[in-house]
Amino acid sequence: MAGAEGDDSLYPIAVLIDELRNEDVQLRLNSIKKLSTIALALGVERTRTELLPFLTDTIYDEDEVLLALAEQLGSFTVLVGGPEFVHCLLPPLESLATVEETVVRDKAVESLRKISQEHSPVDLEVHFVPLVKRLASGDWFTSRTSACGLFGVCYPRVSIMTHTFESTLITAVMHFRTLCSDDTPMVRRAASSKLGEFAKVLELDYVKSDIIPLFTALASDEQDSVRLLAVEAGVSIAALLPQEDLEDLVMPTLRQAAEDKSWRVRYMVADKFSELQKAVGPEITKNDLVPAFQNLLKDCEAEVRTAAANKVKVFCESLPEDSRETIIMTHILPCVKELVSDTNQHVKSALASVIMGLSTILGKDNTVEHLLPLFLVQLKDEYPEVRLNIISNLDCVNEVIGIRQLSQSLLPAIVELAEDAKWRVRLAIIEYMPLLAGQLGVEFFDEKLNSLCMAWLIDHVYAIREAATCNLMKLVEKFGAEWAQNTIVPKVLGMANDSNYLHRMTTLFCINALSEVCGQEITTKHMLPVVLKMSTDQVANVRFNVARCLQKIGPVLDSSALQAEVKPVLEKLATDQDMDVKYFALEAISGMYLFNLPTYIFSETFSFSSILFFFFSFSLSP
Amino acid sequence: MGEDSESPKINHSFLRDYVTEADVISTVEFNQTGDLLATGDKGGRVVIFQRETESKGESEELGESGEYNVYSTFQSHEPDFDYLKSLEIEEKINKIRWLPHQNAAHFLLSTNDKTIKLWKVSERDKRPEGYNLKDEEGRIKDISTVTSLRVPVLKPTDLMVEVRPRRIFANGHTYHVNSISVNSDGETYLSADDLRINMWHLDITDRSFNIVDIKPANMEDLTEVITAAEFHPQHCHLFVYSSSKGTLRLCDMRESALCDKHSKIFEEPEDPGNRSFFSEIVSSVSDVKFSHSGRYLLTRDYLTVKVWDLNMEKGPVETYQVHEYLRSKLCSLYENDCIFDKFECVWNSTDSVIMTGAYNSFFRMFDRETGRGVTLEAWRENSKPRAVLRTRRVYTGGRRRRGDVGVDSLDFTKKILHMAWHPAENIIAIAATNNLYIFQDRVSVENQ
Repeated sequence: MAGAEGDDSLYPIAVLIDELRNEDVQLRLNSIKKLSTIALALGVERTRTELLPFLTDTIYDEDEVLLALAEQLGSFTVLVGGPEFVHCLLPPLESLATVEETVVRDKAVESLRKISQEHSPVDLEVHFVPLVKRLASGDWFTSRTSACGLFGVCYPRVSIMTHTFESTLITAVMHFRTLCSDDTPMVRRAASSKLGEFAKVLELDYVKSDIIPLFTALASDEQDSVRLLAVEAGVSIAALLPQEDLEDLVMPTLRQAAEDKSWRVRYMVADKFSELQKAVGPEITKNDLVPAFQNLLKDCEAEVRTAAANKVKVFCESLPEDSRETIIMTHILPCVKELVSDTNQHVKSALASVIMGLSTILGKDNTVEHLLPLFLVQLKDEYPEVRLNIISNLDCVNEVIGIRQLSQSLLPAIVELAEDAKWRVRLAIIEYMPLLAGQLGVEFFDEKLNSLCMAWLIDHVYAIREAATCNLMKLVEKFGAEWAQNTIVPKVLGMANDSNYLHRMTTLFCINALSEVCGQEITTKHMLPVVLKMSTDQVANVRFNVARCLQKIGPVLDSSALQAEVKPVLEKLATDQDMDVKYFALEAISGMYLFNLPTYIFSETFSFSSILFFFFSFSLSP
Repeated sequence: MGEDSESPKINHSFLRDYVTEADVISTVEFNQTGDLLATGDKGGRVVIFQRETESKGESEELGESGEYNVYSTFQSHEPDFDYLKSLEIEEKINKIRWLPHQNAAHFLLSTNDKTIKLWKVSERDKRPEGYNLKDEEGRIKDISTVTSLRVPVLKPTDLMVEVRPRRIFANGHTYHVNSISVNSDGETYLSADDLRINMWHLDITDRSFNIVDIKPANMEDLTEVITAAEFHPQHCHLFVYSSSKGTLRLCDMRESALCDKHSKIFEEPEDPGNRSFFSEIVSSVSDVKFSHSGRYLLTRDYLTVKVWDLNMEKGPVETYQVHEYLRSKLCSLYENDCIFDKFECVWNSTDSVIMTGAYNSFFRMFDRETGRGVTLEAWRENSKPRAVLRTRRVYTGGRRRRGDVGVDSLDFTKKILHMAWHPAENIIAIAATNNLYIFQDRVSVENQ
């Protein structure tokens, strides 16, 4: 029955094709994602003549389906018959490049760029270039924005291979120029953001003669959103030009952008400052960028100051070495000092996250003299985020001046944060405890911080108690089991007699966390008796946590202790009046495979696993 | 604006026979070309009208070209309940704004008190045909008959208009949204509630930026609320908002991220001789609109409509009395809550004429050049399609003419609050409770 066999293999594909137009989006999406399977089954000929025309017209679908389609088509070359026929993929991608959803358009452009590489130079000129021109002169701005991203990829290859080199290039530049002065800001924005990329594929002469005027025009566009994108283009163009042309061609415009009326443009300059610095080189940095950076640090808009403050370290690092220290000390540091007492918390917090990095650049003496006072001010800042940023970057200062000197002033701030009214701040501090402990050493820790770590165990927020137990585990990992036995374990076990059942439960949680790192001896000798004693607690929550705890520490205990001590307790809990206690006790018992249990308890679970077994064997059979 | 040239002619009125609360129209808006007109109602529905093109209107009998017909109707908002605050959220559409054209589809923003939605209105005239495993009626085929694969083919069908929600901008407002306005950059828009103005990116629904916040630390210190806000038509960084105290504030977003400090404040000094218990209520601005040129602002308060020059902050350049005769009746208008009615105002396409609403199905137009005003009536009893609209007069003393209406016989339940003017032609859309009237200037019809 050859025919019947054929049907069998067709069936799944037939389902996939039918589901391309199913009402359920998820099924359509599924089918689109398996488009390569469909194309493979149809063969290259039918894919080209039937499937692709259908797909070209299905641009009415949901965005996620279109997005998947645009992505699939980018790697479809083989399925339509290889590079020879790759141009068949252009029509569906062209229609996808005009939809209103930006992510779909971007994906279509990405796929177009990808398949442009697979075109032969002739095909590129015959099929691809006309497509770009069509998009560039389309009625709707969506197609024109898409065109902006395509000039960069198709022209370098056309131009080298064909004799129409000059004219193609000139039309490309001409089209791009039209897009740069488009009526709609959306297209000008797209052109502005792709200008740098386009410039990269052009000869230097064209950059100078054609791209620079476009850049200057976009950088003085009436729309803020266009101007701010021109900043980025300016950075890429600056990287292309030789040093001697920078001053005349790009710098006036960039200087103007750094002083733009709109804070969003200035923000962009601040945000791209390190790239800019790299692009223009040390001389211009010294003469132009340093004053510009100072202005940005003193900007009247907090967002701009925040962006600039974020760049302080990177900027200082990349200053030319010979004059670095003088520039920082005379120009940058005064501004930084002002920022430390800024009115805006985001500015201060951005600064706090990078300011410690300056110490490695300036060396020990300058750090102690100039930076340390600033750190101290920030450590006492009213906003916890600022203080936190300082503490989390302690390691870089540690390398320069040593932790002893720092900790004198540091400790009060940490204690204060540890008792902050916001639990999220406390939580963040807990997370830095192991790091601090490692830096400070055992003695110092015992003396100053141990009591804090214990206090967190009885915090009234569960998240803090949980983090505190986790913290203890990490501390023990650092300081060893012996230290744990002497300092932590007695305190933890002492809480088992607390009158608050939440604290008693914390004991159990701590034991869960500590048993493994503390090892068998401590667990069996010290922890187990306490846990077993708690099995008679009057609060059911404590009792079922005893069961869970026993299951958790079971692997650490030796088998004699398990049989002699754990087993009777769990069996007793398994007959508890409370449902949950019973449940967890049984789970602990089955989890440990300790005993031969009466079958009725397992009956349900057993039948379930047998069903699973059947299911697996069924699906594995051919 | 002589009566001859401007007496509009009734072209089409969209009349319904029954009135339910849900049918009351709450906003009217033309798109950028004027080919589409959208209305929102208290029932959360949006109705889109399309202007018939010349080619479609086959002859005069079938309907004059330029007539607006229903294009699509959809439910934009549903009634909702805020469980945290135990508040009902009405489905009423407060505002509709069209987005600039970006491809073959049309996009509009609609908002109720809390949630703004972006809708896509698109046409499709093709339908895929051909299944592998079932026939066109949906009957499952016998698998053994499937011997080859079939790719669906698109066949032309009747034109279908699809409306789909594209984005939902929720949770941005604690108070009631009164305005939305699309920025000239085409990628952002603002939404204003009583105390705050937020700025959104059209592609991003999960965050918005607060650009104005007038909420005092203590709500007992609250003295004014935001009543309307709009972006400048050309300068992407400028927007204006009006307040219940009768002031306008122009903000420049270039200066700082938070625009709590206005760059200009437009305010008319109060006339001490005219002060009364109602002074503050009647001076509350109910609507503000930039002129198409971007040079002027138009505002409406309870009794007047004013034109402001952006270059002059100390007072309006023009003031027109809409219904001055109501000044003596403010007490009873306060009692029946009419004094809080929010009238809208609009510019014509060339900024030479302004229009606003009144009571008794009257609406008023003022010619800025001559300063003359006319009162027109949108009322179905005396309006047949293609009839010329009569001007009306309210009798306030002096010689009474035939047809004049006395102040005491004005019907305050028939209010004209919402209206729109075609962006290029003399076509106006007037919402009178549950009826939408579209009037077209006779001159422009004859010239066609």
